[in-house]
Amino acid sequence: MSTVMHPSAAVSGDPLIIAGVEYHSRLLVGTGKYKDMEETRAATEASGAEIVTVAIRRTNIGQNADEPNLLDVISPQQYTLLPNTAGCYTAEDAIRTCRLARELLDGHDLVKLEVLGDEKTLFPDIMQTLQATEVLVRDGFKIMVYTNDDPIVAKRFEELGCVAVMPLAAPIGSGLGIRNPYNIMTIVENATVPILVDAGVGTASDAALAMELGCDGVLMNTAIAGARDPVLMASAMKKGIEAGREAYRAGRIPRKRFASASSPIDGTFF
Amino acid sequence: MPRYYVAPPRKIMHIILNGDPREFPDSLSASQLLQDLGLTGKRLALEINREIVPRSTFDSHIIQPGDLIEIVHAIGGG
Repeated sequence: MSTVMHPSAAVSGDPLIIAGVEYHSRLLVGTGKYKDMEETRAATEASGAEIVTVAIRRTNIGQNADEPNLLDVISPQQYTLLPNTAGCYTAEDAIRTCRLARELLDGHDLVKLEVLGDEKTLFPDIMQTLQATEVLVRDGFKIMVYTNDDPIVAKRFEELGCVAVMPLAAPIGSGLGIRNPYNIMTIVENATVPILVDAGVGTASDAALAMELGCDGVLMNTAIAGARDPVLMASAMKKGIEAGREAYRAGRIPRKRFASASSPIDGTFF
Repeated sequence: MPRYYVAPPRKIMHIILNGDPREFPDSLSASQLLQDLGLTGKRLALEINREIVPRSTFDSHIIQPGDLIEIVHAIGGG
């Protein structure tokens, strides 16, 4: 597959490549839960994200005809939009949503597939997600799939043709951070497509940890939009992602039980 | 004296629009429906009876009585 530079990607030695497109930022952000469009715009900009998720919902008929449109502040020319299937509990609803999104965005076929299992946990319904994946891959969609932190299932989605697999860190919106780092590590080690942690991150250190585990990126929404200062948190997340990625590439030292002096013993005068 | 053609009163048809029952004159195209709703030119997608109606066919697609119509757009979401 030929690699296409994302328009806003700076020349970088370490791009994130999804479905043949290079991205400079490894932080993907959602656009939900902000207090208004201006906050959405400012936080998204501060995050440095290039890929931004949106939801597909019914247009209000006959009211607020002039209400601001999300796509006026999150321009499809500036960002790669990633329509999601949030709120879908069946494969059928998710498939309909993806098809509407593709029409809405003029044939853009990169989607975030999520099929939920129940309202309390918002954990994915894996059986329904697998069914939807098979149909959507056949239909030509490029799927970034929300799944649980199960390495076997993650591999299955890759084999079905997903362009990225996105295990959860913890329940959506919970802010609990990475609950099963060993599984995330195993998923990363098994994968030949990008692995992004999606959901459950609470703060910048959670994002850094995901990257230190070898994830290719992190997708988050509530951790930024729900912070007291969303714009500042967006900036913190950007740095957390960058720091974690650099630490992963640099290679951390092994953990040892006892000390190892940093200053030489030679040349001491006492 | 010129004679004017008087259009017969248009029949009314019932459709379900975004989950709500609505009445429209029949022989309405998708374009005319969107115009009636003040949505012309908005970035949206249209589904009728669970099939996508491509934007390029809005002018020629005629709404039928009983159609289940969904009009959607992008909003904030994660």
